[in-house]
Amino acid sequence: MRTDPRWWRALAYGVPLAFLTLFFLYPLAAIVERGLLAEEAGSALDVLTDPLTREVVWFTVWQAVASTVLTVLVALPAAYVLGRYDFPGRSLTRALVVVPFVLPTVVVALAFLAVLPEPLERGWAPILIAHAFFNVAVVVRIVGTFWASLDRRTAEAAATLGAGPWRRAREVTLPLLAPALAAAAAIVFLFSLTSFGIVLILGGPRYATLEAEIYNQAVRLFDLRAAAVLALLQLGFVALTVWVAMRLEARLAGTGRLGSERDVLERPRTAREKAVVVGSLGGLALFLGVPLAVLVERSFAIGDGYGLDAYRALTSPTSALLASPWEAILNSIVFAAAATGIAVAVGGLAAFAVAAPQGSRILDGLLMLPLGASAVMLGFGFVIAFDTAPLDFRSQPWLVPVAQALVATPFVVRIVAPTLRAIDERQREAAALLGASPGRVRREIDVPVAGRALAVAAGFAFAISLGEFGATVFLARPDRPTLPVAIFRFLGRPGELNVAQAYALAVILMAVTALTILLVDRIRIRRGGWV
Amino acid sequence: MTPRSSAPGSAYGVRTKLHSVTNVLVALITARPGREVRQVALCNLRPLRIVVAAFAAGAMAVGVAACGGDDAPTEVVLVTHESFALSDEVRRAFEEESGLTLRVLQAGDAGEIVTRALLTAGNPEGDVLFGVDSNLLARALEGDVFEPYESPGLESVDDRYVLDPEHRVTPIDHGEVCLNYDKAWFAERGIPPPPSLDDLAAPRYRDLLVVQNPATSTPGLAFLLATVARYGDRGWQDLWRRLRANGVLVVDGWEEAYTTRFSGASGSRGDRPIVVSYASSPPAEVIFREPRPAEAPTAVVEDSCFSQVELAGILRGAANGDGARQLIDFMLSPTFQEDIPLNMFVFPVNREAALPPEFVEHAVVPADPLALPPEEIEANRDAWVAEWTRIVVR
Repeated sequence: MRTDPRWWRALAYGVPLAFLTLFFLYPLAAIVERGLLAEEAGSALDVLTDPLTREVVWFTVWQAVASTVLTVLVALPAAYVLGRYDFPGRSLTRALVVVPFVLPTVVVALAFLAVLPEPLERGWAPILIAHAFFNVAVVVRIVGTFWASLDRRTAEAAATLGAGPWRRAREVTLPLLAPALAAAAAIVFLFSLTSFGIVLILGGPRYATLEAEIYNQAVRLFDLRAAAVLALLQLGFVALTVWVAMRLEARLAGTGRLGSERDVLERPRTAREKAVVVGSLGGLALFLGVPLAVLVERSFAIGDGYGLDAYRALTSPTSALLASPWEAILNSIVFAAAATGIAVAVGGLAAFAVAAPQGSRILDGLLMLPLGASAVMLGFGFVIAFDTAPLDFRSQPWLVPVAQALVATPFVVRIVAPTLRAIDERQREAAALLGASPGRVRREIDVPVAGRALAVAAGFAFAISLGEFGATVFLARPDRPTLPVAIFRFLGRPGELNVAQAYALAVILMAVTALTILLVDRIRIRRGGWV
Repeated sequence: MTPRSSAPGSAYGVRTKLHSVTNVLVALITARPGREVRQVALCNLRPLRIVVAAFAAGAMAVGVAACGGDDAPTEVVLVTHESFALSDEVRRAFEEESGLTLRVLQAGDAGEIVTRALLTAGNPEGDVLFGVDSNLLARALEGDVFEPYESPGLESVDDRYVLDPEHRVTPIDHGEVCLNYDKAWFAERGIPPPPSLDDLAAPRYRDLLVVQNPATSTPGLAFLLATVARYGDRGWQDLWRRLRANGVLVVDGWEEAYTTRFSGASGSRGDRPIVVSYASSPPAEVIFREPRPAEAPTAVVEDSCFSQVELAGILRGAANGDGARQLIDFMLSPTFQEDIPLNMFVFPVNREAALPPEFVEHAVVPADPLALPPEEIEANRDAWVAEWTRIVVR
């Protein structure tokens, strides 16, 4: 990076920082300041010493840890299979595993209630299972893709020296996988930590996470001070998680050579290998497929039989939305496309800044913060921060893709930065030796490699934007409902046709996601890469 | 390897760069598959270009959409919650009558929009706020977010709905939260359905009731307030203790309670025949069932109904005060009021508004529902919910 022209460095550091500051740090600071300075009786520390808060914090942390462990355990067999074997339907598997990730929590919770047996219906068990259901995609894709690019010769050398399969796994493969595992686990931990809807619906009235408590304080009790203190506490946990994850990655990175997928993957030959493939994928298919199948079945159920009534009803205007449902689909796609563009631009530049040898880890960590910040506080922050000219855009529709991009950008950085880091320095040196300027080296070596990684990152960012995480849920879309909003509104009205239409829209959301990921996956990453 | 001219900015380099950028733009603008697209595709920056093209398309679409709004007084902005709905014809009627464009800012539930209004008092997001309900009214009034306006349409509205004598807010609709029960379930087993709130704790209704958590659900809160109104500040706790002993199921929200747990909802596999819902749910069960039944499959326990009024107000500091007043007048007019039942499943406050036939036939409008004054609700709600949680949940 030191050899790059100054304007490039300014761009690569400046644009992500400006984006983060304007659309994340500033609104969050505004709402927290408003909360802390509110005229409430008592001190800010009251809520921290409340025994209820301690209970909530303890539950939040342990369920996040347990969810992460469960997710990794469930996802590891599938990641192993995707990381070693080539088989028909491999890309379809990789695409389908992302589908649960984008579904709105209320729909999934209802599907789970239809599927889970009576004793498991309520309490912390369904919460953990539901978290695993949502987040399996993160682990399978991050770890699976990374696994597929590891050089097998190290493990083979260990085998020739006499190490058995478990010893090889423990002492060779696991350490090599550790950076990817740490990154995936950190992301899953953050999502579980800030989980909101799942805990409320499946946990019942006895369980609440920090995010639910923040919502309770801010909206139900209108105690902004308590909400602000809790939001800062949550941010503290998030920052700690990110810091630990960065340290782990830094210590573990760079211990193996990355190879091309073509060399690493092979078809399963022995019966045992085939059994492993079928077993792992079958297990995952069951785990993910059963609730999804329930969703699909409910969308066709009309009266006592089945029919396409719900889908047909979607084509006519409905009073549940101020627009027709097909417009909601179009709005979702347009917003997601814009959010993807922003995330790819900002995340791509940040990846260049982060991947350089003296690159900024702080920028990387800062960009991860939106993944775990309180969505409800950030939503309110937008409303009070952007209310006076020249920052007078709180009701503008383009704020929605910006909020979506805040969550998608860290994924882009996670995908592109390792790819850039893996470029052999000697190639750059050879180009420089032959007379290329630093800018040209960037353009003709880094950008093509980054281009492919960016395309894959774009696919994931698109899925994330469709799923509307974070503060997006709390932003108004003037006259432009999106798919998750439409689903939620249909579910809020009595009547079988309305419920069926909600499920039908969920099925359409699933289909659009799977299709996009399939299309984007056709663009292969040449040199490692993380999702 | 034959090196190309290595001087940056050489004629060849610049020409190639311009050529590639032009290719993308041409492909975008002409959108013709074939030669341009294939030429673009063959270059080794294809993935990046596809992404850039998608970004440009998305950004242009959003930009064009965003450019529509103009803050001059040609539009009036309505801030409301997710349950607001309006027919196209009624919307067009307003826009033609007033000459203004109606923009609707919809996000969250009643609690969230009141919180946003409180946070932006004096510099509001829009002109009119619709969706403040009687439970949240006192908090909104304390926050001084409204500007008073007495609409002439109030002449056709009963006094009991005018909750603010200073007219800072105007009633628009009322809904009753009542216990709904599944007629068929009780008929099949030969058990009489619960005639009143008092009978819910009887042994024959064991494990049959599902309610929502008042801390997270508006109808849940309304039902709790109904028991407070009925049994007084000292008596409601005892009822809930008995309900808990009788196997009441508490869930998080209305969707789960009604669509998954209530046996009377069409398409539901629930097993509980008594649920807290709205007085407008029975006609909805008639309208949205294929084929339409002659009689409503569910009914309400009339003496359990709690009245909720939904109000609208002009936000202090609104950009278009005149437009806001016109909108409030329109919302009290029969055109809008008659559109309410089939869109939002509540009842109009204007006594001259005609109800749709399904409502006339299948809905029960309780003559004397339970109610509590907004100030009393605001002062005690949090304490009541906390005590309820202790009694029923922990």
